[in-house]
Amino acid sequence: MALIDTINPLLTTGWAKGDAGWSLKDYEARGGYKQLRRVLESKMTQDDLIAEVKKSVLRGRGGAGFPTGLKWSFMPKAAPEKYVVCNTDEGEPGTFKDRDLLRFDPHSTIEGMIIAGYAVGAKRGYNYIHGEIFEIYQRFEEALDQARAAGYLGNNILGSDFSFDLFAHHGWGAYICGEETGLLESIEGKKGQPRYKPPFPANFGLYGKPTTINNTETFAAIPFILGMGAEAYLNLGKPNNGGTKLFSVSGHVNRPGNYEVPMGTPFAKLLEMAGGMRGGRKLKAVIPGGSSAPVLPAEVMMDCTMDYDSIAKAGSMLGSGAVIVMDETVCMVKALERLSYFYYEESCGQCTPCREGSGWLYRVVHRIEHGQGRPEDLDLLNRVTDNMMGKTICALADAAAFPVRSFIKHFKSEFEYHIENKKCLVDPEIQRMGSGFFKAGAA
Amino acid sequence: MNTQNTLLCPELSAESLLKIDREVAKYPADQKQSAVMAALVIAQDEKGWLSKETIAAVAGYLGMPPIAAYEVASFYNMYDLHPVGKYKLTVCTNLPCALSGGVHAADYVKEKLGIDFNETTADGKFTLKEGECMGACGDAPVMLVNNKRMCSFMLPEQIDALLAECK
Repeated sequence: MALIDTINPLLTTGWAKGDAGWSLKDYEARGGYKQLRRVLESKMTQDDLIAEVKKSVLRGRGGAGFPTGLKWSFMPKAAPEKYVVCNTDEGEPGTFKDRDLLRFDPHSTIEGMIIAGYAVGAKRGYNYIHGEIFEIYQRFEEALDQARAAGYLGNNILGSDFSFDLFAHHGWGAYICGEETGLLESIEGKKGQPRYKPPFPANFGLYGKPTTINNTETFAAIPFILGMGAEAYLNLGKPNNGGTKLFSVSGHVNRPGNYEVPMGTPFAKLLEMAGGMRGGRKLKAVIPGGSSAPVLPAEVMMDCTMDYDSIAKAGSMLGSGAVIVMDETVCMVKALERLSYFYYEESCGQCTPCREGSGWLYRVVHRIEHGQGRPEDLDLLNRVTDNMMGKTICALADAAAFPVRSFIKHFKSEFEYHIENKKCLVDPEIQRMGSGFFKAGAA
Repeated sequence: MNTQNTLLCPELSAESLLKIDREVAKYPADQKQSAVMAALVIAQDEKGWLSKETIAAVAGYLGMPPIAAYEVASFYNMYDLHPVGKYKLTVCTNLPCALSGGVHAADYVKEKLGIDFNETTADGKFTLKEGECMGACGDAPVMLVNNKRMCSFMLPEQIDALLAECK
């Protein structure tokens, strides 16, 4: 869907015309590719460019929040073959911002990637696009053709001595490929199983060559940062949390969708922008950063501001900015069961603690939800998570463990009620009504 | 060139091989295997599903071991290693979608078609799958038709319309 509401729009300035504003001429009319031209014509040095990105305190928008400029600076200068890779494998439940970025304004990501290529000395880039969004992949390919025809991609871009080409790689349904080294394996035409780190992609990335890999929103922010200046961008947000951020708000709000707001915007304001709670019902819990982030109870969330530091202080993660809102019609055991099933299904299987542990978590939560829980099950769940966290190659095991631990921590009495009474604390009829699928009164 | 390609890989049409060539061209000359994901999609589009023979043919065309292509085909969710109906419907039932009716939408389709997940209607028209996050949670309930077409806000009325449209 197109943009509904925003504060200080940057990334979403191009979304105003919905599907009618994505093409090259629209982007150029908005000032697009001006920053690339400026960088090339002024022969800006790589160091100056990276310093500017560092100064903006742009932090990785894919979930980890790592400072982008610092990441770029890790790329070895002398290597002859290097790559820039964009991670649009957006499969973290609750996240749907990168899809809209590529749908409504694909050229900002393309421009950001070309500038990144210049900064790190890469001549080739790939954008890995989530398998389920074929229509968006097609649009991105079309945008690449436009950029190539206009001389923004290819040899000697805009008459400079800088050459860079960019291609789209389409995924085909594997959550794990959102993990950066799993993604690189996937581009290489293999199963998307994550690699040991170190070595990190900056030293050993795609085809074993130094590679910078960033999220779509991170690349898309680059032209805007250069356009307004790093300091102005930083000042839009708050210290250590530069700029604006897209938040994907889903669940029990009146207007689910993407909202771009400055870092540090109160959660209450974001909720208001999303139309408030559906049916005026009471907020129960929020997962503030995608399904892998620990859940927070309503009262804790209402005191948070939307930035990396505030959400971390509250005991969760800003992650990818996926805000999953749950009201009082939700059974927390059932909600956790959905999530645990997902991680069980998506574990790539190479590390035993994750492959086996995610199955244990799902089966135990499933039996609690279905009235077969045992009094010792909550301890068992926590013990299983102890044997998963930090014991695997990538963070999927942790991502499976965080929801389990946080749901039990904050909503323990609901789990205990389930085990004792073999049914939901929340009346099933109320749960059924909550989804809005059935019209009121319909059978 | 087309004739030569079809000689190399008689299992796939010249049109499909041309599409695969376009994918191969995206990658460095010594990294043809990078095109295997796209090539398998193209083969699946042509054949309807991926048999072991089709997978081996794709592997042969790209100069990689058949088992390496099979590993890919069996790893990613959207490859069909068994025949599916004319319309494969995939419903997302993950938490963000479920909060807005994803599970209920799946239940509704099951009832309408009289099949469960991973089943095909007797007339071979529909196969139902449970999907994982499609990255479109704000548009829930969300369904995919034949992997490539996304349908948003699928309430009973919209589902009825979609099923009627699938001839």
